[in-house]
Amino acid sequence: MLSIKHLSKSYVAGKPVLSDIDLDLAARGITAIIGPSGTGKSTLIRCINRLVEPTSGSIEFEGHDLTRLSRHALRQARRRIGMVFQEYNLVERLTVMENLLSGRLGYVSAWKAWRRKFPRGDIARAFELLDIVGLSGFANQRADSLSGGQRQRVGIARAVMQEPAVLLADEPTSSLDPKTSVEIMQLLTDIARARTIPVIINMHDVELARRFADRIVGMAGGKIVFDGPPAQLSDETLKTIYGGEDWLH
Amino acid sequence: MTDRPAVSASSNANPFPANWRSRGLWIALAVYVVYASAQMDVSAERVAVGLHNAGHFFGRMFPPNFTRWELLVKGLEESLEIAVLASTLGIALSLPIGLCASRNLMPAWVSWPARLIIVAARSFHPVIVAIVFVKAVGFGALAGILALAVASVGFAAKLFAEAIEEISLKQVEAVRATGASFMSVIGYGVLPQVFARFIGFCTYQLDSNLRNSTMVGIVGAGGIGGTLFAAFQRFDYDYVCAILISIIALIMAGEVLATYVRAIFIDGFSLADIFRRRERGATVHRVQHLEDD
Repeated sequence: MLSIKHLSKSYVAGKPVLSDIDLDLAARGITAIIGPSGTGKSTLIRCINRLVEPTSGSIEFEGHDLTRLSRHALRQARRRIGMVFQEYNLVERLTVMENLLSGRLGYVSAWKAWRRKFPRGDIARAFELLDIVGLSGFANQRADSLSGGQRQRVGIARAVMQEPAVLLADEPTSSLDPKTSVEIMQLLTDIARARTIPVIINMHDVELARRFADRIVGMAGGKIVFDGPPAQLSDETLKTIYGGEDWLH
Repeated sequence: MTDRPAVSASSNANPFPANWRSRGLWIALAVYVVYASAQMDVSAERVAVGLHNAGHFFGRMFPPNFTRWELLVKGLEESLEIAVLASTLGIALSLPIGLCASRNLMPAWVSWPARLIIVAARSFHPVIVAIVFVKAVGFGALAGILALAVASVGFAAKLFAEAIEEISLKQVEAVRATGASFMSVIGYGVLPQVFARFIGFCTYQLDSNLRNSTMVGIVGAGGIGGTLFAAFQRFDYDYVCAILISIIALIMAGEVLATYVRAIFIDGFSLADIFRRRERGATVHRVQHLEDD
């Protein structure tokens, strides 16, 4: 469904952040990418929807190589890729409903969107999703009046509004407290499983990854050093991923 | 051991050493003020003559003479029209120019020409631009409208560009990631972040144009300024006084209007709210402003 081959990215020539990544993603299931900060997890995820331009390699998605798409074709492809951000990235001054509907901007003309003329079906689905993420009644509140957990719920709903073929989540719980983090992970994985949307999640919390993911990819130094089910993730592998061992017990 | 003399030496040193460069500047300023006064022939006698003359002049201004009020109202109406049309035209031009000039959203080959336009529009005082337009399109309000529209571009477009350069790109990135077109990204990712400040700039611009519209008439570009200038030249100082009072009233009315516009657009008050909760409204307004910026 999503197939990454020989993907490399260097922000500064000669200092690759990602080197020669190969990764295949099945059409369902939760994949967690774990690894220390600065190892290129975010860069990898952002290369997929080209918020970061890859230096070389290919990303096969729905029959196209994402790295070679023209601007127009890239916009078409992005509509099929939902994204959830670490700092929610909601448009603060817009209402919850407007934030949700911005997930449909790829399908609605700018002229209609400016006048807030969204198709009825989109609006009905937005209300339905608000119910699912537990924010019914918040539709007309401005995003900047919400708490962190509530914002991330809106962020998830916005991404799901796209009816994406794949969902990318870049450290979705790193700005949240432990309890809210679990709730958000639960919500994200529940929605994804109910709609059979495959998810790629970056995270640095190993326990959360073990608890919610079907597959764990461990990265260190811009390379994939582990790929397998959570059960196979031993202390030995964690040592290779994060280095050292004092933190393990 | 070797450190000790150094410590005691520095503790004995004068903590406020004389800054001769700044002293030099103060002295130079004082010398120049004396020199310039001498050049301009500003002496005690000259000031005394001036004050005497001023007393005479202000004496003749009172009481203000409103008998030719029809001419006065016509001039004020024309000034108001010039201000509103110039603001509308200037801001309509400023929005795209300001957007193009923002370096965080636009490539250099777009932003530099836009910045050049803004700098050009800012370079000259509205009166100079008004003279140019009077020569170009002839006497009357059209020249005033065009001159103030140019001034508005120089001011509003620059502020728009600066406001856009300060937005959070994370919000823009999220909208872009949904596959939104460029115009949708502007409408959903950029404008919501700057809208409140834009309204502020626009009302300020209207206020400023209202003031300037009373002045472009002096060079023949329409409005109350022409009437004022004619009254000065005919030594109708009581009529001058009436015109000045009317201008103050017009500017004050404009300021009140600007406050209401801000209250409605930014705080979402209804007109009734504003009249009902004037005092509370004022504080709420101020607090929200702090949050906005």
